[in-house]
Amino acid sequence: MRFAYTFLAWLPRALLVLVAIGLLNFFLIRLAPGDPATVLAGESGASDTRFVEEIRGRYGLDQPLWWQAATYLRNLATFDLGMSYRMQRDVADIITERVPATLLLTSTALTLAIIVGTLLGIRAARRAGTWQDTLIGAVAVLCYATPVFWAGLLLVLLFSVSLGLLPPFGMSGFIRKSGIAAALDVLHHLVLPVVTLALFYFAVYVRLSRASTLEVLGRDFVRSARAKGLSETRVLYGHVLRNSIVPVVTMAGLQIGQLLGGAVIVESVFAWPGIGRLAFDALIQRDYNLILGIFFVSSIMVVLANLLTDMVVRAIDPRVGRS
Amino acid sequence: MALLSVRDLKVALPAGGDRTYAVDGVSMEIDRGETLCVVGESGSGKSLTASAIVGLMPSRSLKVAGGSILFEGRDTLRMSARELRALRGGRIGFVFQDPLSSLNPLERIGKQVSEMLRQHNWHGDRRRRVIEMLAAVQLPSPETLVEAYPWQLSGGQRQRVMIATALAAEPSLLIADEPTSALDVTTQAQILALLRDLTKRNGTSLFFITHDFGVVAEMADRVAVMRGGKLVEYGTRNAVLYQPREDYTRRLLGSVPPLEAGPARPAGETILRAAGLEKSWVTRAGMFRPGRTVNALRNVSFELGRGNTLAVVGESGSGKSTLARVLMRLIDADAGRVELAGISGNYLDLRSRELTALRQKVQMVFQDPYASLNPRRRIGAAIAQGPLTHGEDRETVRRHVLGLLARVRLDSSAAERYPNEFSGGQRQRIAIARALAMRPRVLIADEAVSALDVSVQAEILTLLQDIQREEGLSMVFVTHDLRVAARMADQIIVMQSGMIVEHGAMEEVLSAPKHSYTAKLINAVPQLSSAEAAEPPSNILELKK
Amino acid sequence: MRLHDFPWRIGVGGALLGLFAVIAILAPVLAPYDPFAISGPPLVPPNSSYLFGTDMLGRDVLSGMIHGARVSLVVGLVSALCSAVIGITVGAIAGYFGGAVDRALVRFTEFFQVIPSFMFVILLVAILTPSLGSIVAAISLVIWPPVARLVRSEFMTLKTREFVEAARSLGLSHGAVIVREILPNAMPPVLAVGSLMVATAILTEASLSFLGLADPNMISWGYMIGSARSVFRQAWWLSIFPGLMLFLTVFAITLLSEGLGDKTNPNLRGNQPGL
Repeated sequence: MRFAYTFLAWLPRALLVLVAIGLLNFFLIRLAPGDPATVLAGESGASDTRFVEEIRGRYGLDQPLWWQAATYLRNLATFDLGMSYRMQRDVADIITERVPATLLLTSTALTLAIIVGTLLGIRAARRAGTWQDTLIGAVAVLCYATPVFWAGLLLVLLFSVSLGLLPPFGMSGFIRKSGIAAALDVLHHLVLPVVTLALFYFAVYVRLSRASTLEVLGRDFVRSARAKGLSETRVLYGHVLRNSIVPVVTMAGLQIGQLLGGAVIVESVFAWPGIGRLAFDALIQRDYNLILGIFFVSSIMVVLANLLTDMVVRAIDPRVGRS
Repeated sequence: MALLSVRDLKVALPAGGDRTYAVDGVSMEIDRGETLCVVGESGSGKSLTASAIVGLMPSRSLKVAGGSILFEGRDTLRMSARELRALRGGRIGFVFQDPLSSLNPLERIGKQVSEMLRQHNWHGDRRRRVIEMLAAVQLPSPETLVEAYPWQLSGGQRQRVMIATALAAEPSLLIADEPTSALDVTTQAQILALLRDLTKRNGTSLFFITHDFGVVAEMADRVAVMRGGKLVEYGTRNAVLYQPREDYTRRLLGSVPPLEAGPARPAGETILRAAGLEKSWVTRAGMFRPGRTVNALRNVSFELGRGNTLAVVGESGSGKSTLARVLMRLIDADAGRVELAGISGNYLDLRSRELTALRQKVQMVFQDPYASLNPRRRIGAAIAQGPLTHGEDRETVRRHVLGLLARVRLDSSAAERYPNEFSGGQRQRIAIARALAMRPRVLIADEAVSALDVSVQAEILTLLQDIQREEGLSMVFVTHDLRVAARMADQIIVMQSGMIVEHGAMEEVLSAPKHSYTAKLINAVPQLSSAEAAEPPSNILELKK
Repeated sequence: MRLHDFPWRIGVGGALLGLFAVIAILAPVLAPYDPFAISGPPLVPPNSSYLFGTDMLGRDVLSGMIHGARVSLVVGLVSALCSAVIGITVGAIAGYFGGAVDRALVRFTEFFQVIPSFMFVILLVAILTPSLGSIVAAISLVIWPPVARLVRSEFMTLKTREFVEAARSLGLSHGAVIVREILPNAMPPVLAVGSLMVATAILTEASLSFLGLADPNMISWGYMIGSARSVFRQAWWLSIFPGLMLFLTVFAITLLSEGLGDKTNPNLRGNQPGL
């Protein structure tokens, strides 16, 4: 029941954000040098005058500004994101086709980063000041400082080129498989991209989890728990964990936007068929319409993910949101 | 054989501190069913002694360096980790000071109590025992309370839950570390009564740590006085209270102001007059929840005569701090008048720009000596801040600052130092100097001594009285402690839920309160009752060697 | 002092960073060749005349690495500074005044945190055509929210401290209280986070240039790696060494930031014991 309230409270804010992003898109088009119609047509479409005129009509580009803005927003609301001349398809179709791959990549990476990061952070906090703590901290700094694309290239060099253990690109092999074999094939291809994407966030969550756990360990109720005669493990996983994981999950929610950005890089390096790679291709072709569409869809994904994170945080900590 | 026997306990501090031992050769005993009160100020080592009994030191750098602790015949300092865990909660229960942070905020009450039972293999029906314990500590509707979260309960209720948890597995010893210091006076009285009742009924021994000798008088069979890690005095309650052997004990006893007041000093002309003050706010409404109205001040009126002190007494939520802030124009009242000699009209109407005149006449000393000074500003600069902001020239102000430092009995070299180099009491002196720098006519003290040790409190109160006499200051003294109010004030107003329930001369209100709440407050104050002083000490305790 | 207590993080991080700053400043002097000039045969592996080899056009990699420090450090520092100004201003006003002002500013901050920041930067730089200026501007616009959040929460905590009330009761104006009383006390954690933002800015610029969005007049580490992707398997040195420079720079900054953070925030100090 509480979650229904959360959803209803979230909806107007989410819609407001999406409208704002739509308007942002609208003004970005105008920011580009040249006639908005040719900008929207993209490099390949600009030469086709008929296509350009069609765009002018569809977006009402000869109408007053507020009318254009309203038209653009209305289009967005009906999920009409325009057409990509280069690919001769509706942008919305192209994107929807590729979203699942990105979802698979990013959600796996985030979950992995949260779980491993939190557990290692707790371990570092428990053994604060010892060599284990220093080691974990050192690993975290290394992962944090490594640029995503460099990490990807290094991993490919090591695991694909040298050792030949893992495939360097794509989501599945050339040979078509079906059923379990197909799923395993995807999993096989998933390993390197997920690890590459997760490295940076893992580092962030290790440090956050360590700091948070240390702070919670200093709180009075931990003394109370020990005074009940509970073993250190029970104190840690029965009492401390729930309290210390909240900042990590909150932070993860805040970083979803960045995560999608990281997906652009990782998908480009590994030729992973998601919307990140799509954005990269569109960028090279200066297919602005497609990029803007991807931007908008990504924003929707972030907004939804924020709702999910919010619900998870409330489930863990019932105090959130009450005065 | 005594239930608990601490012998020559030593706890070492990490190297490089100002002393070697946090606890230095301390010995004490408790028999079955007895209550031992361990009294001391901050830094005396009393809490560490208690922690050492079950091996729950608050920090890895504090280690037991010698001695033995015999509990039910076995030395706990030589027990294995597993044996100690069985002891904690099973044979020895613990109640800590701050009920707000002592309970896991994310778990329901029932689960936290039954965890104790589960850990120590309670033989009966756990749920029934939990409800039984919650009822024993007099919590309302225990069956529904088990589902509640800690933040839904009041401070007093949370402390009762802590006690219920600590006693659930029927331990033979209960260690209570300042269990009532964070609670209101009336709640404190109830919790003390509850503890007395439960321990006597079940024959549980009680190791009770406190800084308040009034509490000692009510609870103790034996008393141990600690200072700087050492045991200063040890004996039966009557022996220590009425025939103390040590100077320090006498000083501590003397620092507790008795609950009696002298006649009011003659008041000069009215210097401050408040009428009909109102302040309330509405908590922000959630989506399906209307906002709640909090009435902090309801029709508050009073008068303060020149040279007099008015005490504003109340518990938390009474509105006394709101009143102080309204008088200082730190927050704005909804309605009402306040008139001050030297400012025409209602000064609540003054706009922000016009407040200069007010700031020069009314100043405040705040409660928390550790938060009321900017940690990045030198003392001299902090004291000079007010006059400098109001345009006085540097040289004059500098001399003034040095004069003030001497007034509050601090060395002039203090001007160049930072707050963290000073103790709580010294910081309060600095805060007083800062307030006096503006040469005010009215000084508002908002719980100015509540966060200080008892002996330091007495010094600061004496300082305030001296300054008041020398300067002809008028004071508004906000406090929750009736004993302090009795010492300082000529007139008193008692507040409850934003309203004044009683007012009058301090002496009269104390001896013949007209309102039931006032009477309740007076009765709740733990005091060294002078009536029992006549009883001779029965036995001077010798420690069994 | 125990190994853990000695501020070696600040020492090592600072020294490394200083080294890179010197390299960046003295680049034209230190580099053996002009990084844009074709100074040798293409795809030469590291040897005595070309310490880190040459790229597919024959340009010296070492010179490219040295000059690349300029772009990274300039973009890193300027972006971090600009976004710090934005973040501190927004956070201070929101945290101090509270109420409707706070709610509006929080929405504003949340908006910038919700939009996929890297995609936004790509969009902006692509539309404005890549140059040092557009890159710095775009990055500054997206990395300020964490600073604003931190400053806001610090201000909200400090505002209730009694020394602030004392300052107000002595007659100080709101502006004076914000700038002279609260801000100096809020700075220490901001410094730690701010230095991390330099790292974020550098990594963002590297990712941008990896994807091809670089200022065409300046050689950038990310660009070197990105343009070498087609020959990545044979000419591994083209990807490894510029990446190493990036890694070391960010590593130095992270170390420095951790060292600063430990000194200022007691909660994050490594040795807080539990038992």
